[in-house]
Amino acid sequence: MASEEPLFDPLLKKKKKKKVVAFSEDPLGADADPTTPAPPFEDDDAPTTVHEQMKKSALENGEDVAKENGDEDLQAMFGDLKKKKKKKEIPMDLGEEGSGASTPAEGIATPDLDFSDLKKKKKKKEIPLDLGEDSSSSTPVAKEVEDGAAAPAEDLDFSDLKKKKKSTKKKAQLDLEAFERELGEATGVGTDGAHLDQLDDTELGDDVFAHDGEGGAAQAGAEPWLGSDRDYTYQELLHRFYNQLHAQNPSLFSSAGKRYTLAPPSIHREGNKKTIFANIADISKRMHRPLEHVIQFMLAEMGTTGSVDGSLRLVIKGRFQQKQVENVLRRYIVEYVTCKTCKSPDTLLQKENRIFFVLCESCGSRRSVQSIKTGFQAQVGRRKRTAA
Amino acid sequence: MNVDNLQQFDPLQDDLLGETDEVGSQKEHIHIRIQQRNGRKTLTTLQGLGKEYDLKKILKAFKKEFACNGNIVDDAELGQVIQLQGDQRQKIQNFLVEAGVDKKTINVHGF
Repeated sequence: MASEEPLFDPLLKKKKKKKVVAFSEDPLGADADPTTPAPPFEDDDAPTTVHEQMKKSALENGEDVAKENGDEDLQAMFGDLKKKKKKKEIPMDLGEEGSGASTPAEGIATPDLDFSDLKKKKKKKEIPLDLGEDSSSSTPVAKEVEDGAAAPAEDLDFSDLKKKKKSTKKKAQLDLEAFERELGEATGVGTDGAHLDQLDDTELGDDVFAHDGEGGAAQAGAEPWLGSDRDYTYQELLHRFYNQLHAQNPSLFSSAGKRYTLAPPSIHREGNKKTIFANIADISKRMHRPLEHVIQFMLAEMGTTGSVDGSLRLVIKGRFQQKQVENVLRRYIVEYVTCKTCKSPDTLLQKENRIFFVLCESCGSRRSVQSIKTGFQAQVGRRKRTAA
Repeated sequence: MNVDNLQQFDPLQDDLLGETDEVGSQKEHIHIRIQQRNGRKTLTTLQGLGKEYDLKKILKAFKKEFACNGNIVDDAELGQVIQLQGDQRQKIQNFLVEAGVDKKTINVHGF
């Protein structure tokens, strides 16, 4: 893919850009699924890591796309910080418009609307990426021209920072195209489109640094409204990292969502006091966990007893609804299936002298997990029977 | 103070709070569980509250606050366990958190 690129004309380029943007929309859709409390359940409810938070926020963005259109009005209403952010966004839209894809760009831009302080700061920091954007934010054409003017100057820096991949390709391409790309890069997030097609394994690291470089260079140049000369906090940089990580690897969004889905537990009532969990064998198989382990956990957690019948269904004593069983199952997945380090469900459960370990197959981390304890069981029912 | 009370634990013992109970385990977790009884009735049990708390007083507070009955059960392995009528899990958790117990050490079980 990368080798072909220089040979093709700008048209193809544009197509690619569009496609990539569509990609970044995709994750929104993929993420939208998990939010619905519907049967296909996944277990990352609580956004514990920044990674998750990003996902969450990305979700919100998707909903707010429409709002973004009223951009200008909002801008007037918001405080300084917001305005700065807005300024940064607008050029992005323009850049995309220039290449013929406008709506997705808005989708990307929306994050800023409902982000918390940290995000704001982050955005502020990113602003240096777009040179001289603050002066005019309304006329697209003028913007493009400005960007174009700014681009050649930046070009030098880029070729150094981005190393071979970037620069070689650039050289091979037409001036116009390079120009266009610079346009995209000058606007920060617009970069993803351009970069995605060159995504290699090492690309990520290079890119992040390249961005930093840009930021630094641009800041050194102008942007008086950037103002604050403080150091970036760790949080800001972390958010920035994840923003860019996701901007450039939209697949990260979708893949996680897909993998976590399991068939919903099918729950039936047997008689008045017993519940049947019919597809527990199937579920435990999909989680790659021994059936006994799952059953043990579920019974301990629900504080009842149960047994497995002939067709590998679990008969639980007591009345339980599907939702309740699902909750317990969710907890099982969090505790014994997902890797705490990378959230991947590709894990193995190992037992070594009475202690269970979860070995992650995707990141290789190994971690001991709690043994299943029933804990205190209160005396329920008639005492006579148990005493005997 | 009666004689029973004195026998419960040796004040001179180092392991007063049961922190070194299990090798490798951090501080004991507090477990809140629920059990189904007959019909719609349930039972909530609170296990693992440290010895630094006076269970009797806590039970009294629970009963008053949650408007339910309850009692303290002596378990052979798990020590004293508070039992309450009905599903009081969330309430117990809130109560303990407000009283300054670290939320991370509280384990709410059940469906």
